[in-house]
Amino acid sequence: MPNAIEVDHMTKKFGDFVAVSDISFVVPQREIFGLLGPNGAGKTTLIRMMTTLLTPTSGTARIGGHDIISDPNGVRGTLGVIPQAFTSDPELTAKENMSIHAKLYGVPAEKRDALIDQLLESVELLNFRDALVRTFSGGMRRRLEIARGLVHSPRIMFLDEPTTGLDPVSRTHVWDMIRTLRDKQELTILLTTHYMDEADKLCDRIAIVDHGKLAALDTPTRLKDSVPGTEIVEAEFDGAPADWIEQLRGLSHATGVSEREESVHITSNDGPATVATLMDLARARKVNVKRVMVQTTTLDDVFLHYTGTALRDAPQRAAHEVSPFSR
Amino acid sequence: MKLYRVNALIERDMRKFFRSPALMLSSLIFPLVQLIVLGYAFGGKIKNASVAFVDEDHSVESRRVKEMFNGVTAGPRTLKVLDYDSFPKAVDDLREGFVKAVIDVPHDFSRRYYQHDRPRLVFTEDNTDQFISSAMMQSAQDMTTALNAPDVTGRLDAQVELNIVEVYPYIEYIKYLLAGSTAMGIFITAMIGGGITYIDDKNRGLHEGYLLTPIRKTELVAALIGAGTLKAFMAGMCLTIIGGLIAGIGGMWHPLRLLYLAAVILVASMSMISLMFLVMVRIDDPLVPRAIFGVLNMLLFFPSGAVYPTEAFPSWLRWISVIDPFTYTVHALRNLTLKNTGIEGIYMDVLILIGFSAVMISGSLALFKRQL
Repeated sequence: MPNAIEVDHMTKKFGDFVAVSDISFVVPQREIFGLLGPNGAGKTTLIRMMTTLLTPTSGTARIGGHDIISDPNGVRGTLGVIPQAFTSDPELTAKENMSIHAKLYGVPAEKRDALIDQLLESVELLNFRDALVRTFSGGMRRRLEIARGLVHSPRIMFLDEPTTGLDPVSRTHVWDMIRTLRDKQELTILLTTHYMDEADKLCDRIAIVDHGKLAALDTPTRLKDSVPGTEIVEAEFDGAPADWIEQLRGLSHATGVSEREESVHITSNDGPATVATLMDLARARKVNVKRVMVQTTTLDDVFLHYTGTALRDAPQRAAHEVSPFSR
Repeated sequence: MKLYRVNALIERDMRKFFRSPALMLSSLIFPLVQLIVLGYAFGGKIKNASVAFVDEDHSVESRRVKEMFNGVTAGPRTLKVLDYDSFPKAVDDLREGFVKAVIDVPHDFSRRYYQHDRPRLVFTEDNTDQFISSAMMQSAQDMTTALNAPDVTGRLDAQVELNIVEVYPYIEYIKYLLAGSTAMGIFITAMIGGGITYIDDKNRGLHEGYLLTPIRKTELVAALIGAGTLKAFMAGMCLTIIGGLIAGIGGMWHPLRLLYLAAVILVASMSMISLMFLVMVRIDDPLVPRAIFGVLNMLLFFPSGAVYPTEAFPSWLRWISVIDPFTYTVHALRNLTLKNTGIEGIYMDVLILIGFSAVMISGSLALFKRQL
């Protein structure tokens, strides 16, 4: 089965600024692939190149077998794209928005109305078919855009931060839709997100992009396993001796110990094993263990591990300097 | 080019246009207000301009002069004659704005008249207002000519007489202005419905949605210009009909005349929207079209001859009028509304507007970016 997306050494420079640097990856069919990265990491530039909105400085990509440089219209016909900002027209109704996009893709007139109704029903907006989009909530509008992106029956969907700005209920609704799309319509889905829980729940594989480069790419579980000291044992003690912290450093599988106010944080490669030896040590030294808990590694830890903790307040050069549609 | 894609985007624009009457109203209200206010403000003749009359001669001849001025006061009422005793007092009042001119009959006027020694009247005027000044001068000169005319003319008069034949009935200024106001309405619709809406849609990300579809650059440009042309055409036709009724243009409803008017308005709309599109094609900031609106309006409307004949312009301004689509729009519309010409009176303007549109569209296609 050929890959749905093949990104081949793609680079994008804006003057001296390298927004995307020699990124390559493949996405097999029917996979939900997540693209994570801090602000300004190059995710949107990468997506814009893959969706033919920007031309790469070097390298290329094949989307559904169509090359983005030699066959951009083939790519556009294969893809359904839900950009980061809302692109549905607020002065038109839901049906009109869908209909105009269907016409742009050449959907035959005899199929159009039934298809639009079917898609609106699938995103639970059929009752709002004739309502102006400007009356829609953010969640409704995002669902409409997903339905609109499906109007030409694409094989691959790109969703750029599909749940940004949505309330928790709407987010969950969008997640369900994405899973349903993959399972029932056999779509390949590439999405970018800032929400680690979203990536963890939805994505089969995740690529972390930072400073325009691919920092990591694997399944969520393997990515978590790849972070050293994958679990944290947090405990509070009563009657601890002065050298207690030093003694804790010798616990089984412990990779580091730090004090945080009343509690002690022990990073460990095997949380339960460390807790067992901790309890033995406390009993032997007559130290009272007031509280103990094990935190498993989350994607947040993975993200911070690969991208660092520094705030990224640099201007969004890639998005704004060249784009006439900058927002 | 796939016409179904072009039609889809035109349909989108037209649906939005009909859903938002504000654009249509704003396109119509300003030109109509301009037509009515300027049409009546500029169209009237000068009335009751105050003129001080100083008779220092107190003779039969000076009374004859006074009677002629009184005749103008009673008849066309261009002047309102006020008697003054003193010339210095009259000049003081002229400087202070109480009167617009002073007619002085010097104390030796009658003596020089009877001695055939070039009798003179002194006309002192406030020339800060050219319109009033010209009207008063014309009245004063007409009266001087009448004073000089012999009381009895010979049977075989050798003087050359000029008979003036006016081809068209008297045309009020409001009728003269109608073509300019229609062109202005087309321009406003092109500016708002084409330029400003286009930049706003770009800024709101709506165009990104279309760029992600398989639509081609030529199709996008054709759709945007086509939709803008249709909007401007509708505004132009409404203005011509409403403005024609207000101004009292006769024979507006003749089908052939309406057809010619529609043809001119259509090509004028296309030329202005394509000009606007070329100006806006690389602009991203929504404030820019609003900022340049006034400048473009000034540069296109006034040099076109819409309010004042281009023959009175200095050469540099005439060059602007030559490349200004307003000029040909106004000329063609005036030929149709005031002179009721046929195709022979408009075909050259129509061809020039089509050529102008072709140049603008070619430029737009060259500059339009299919990508971000």
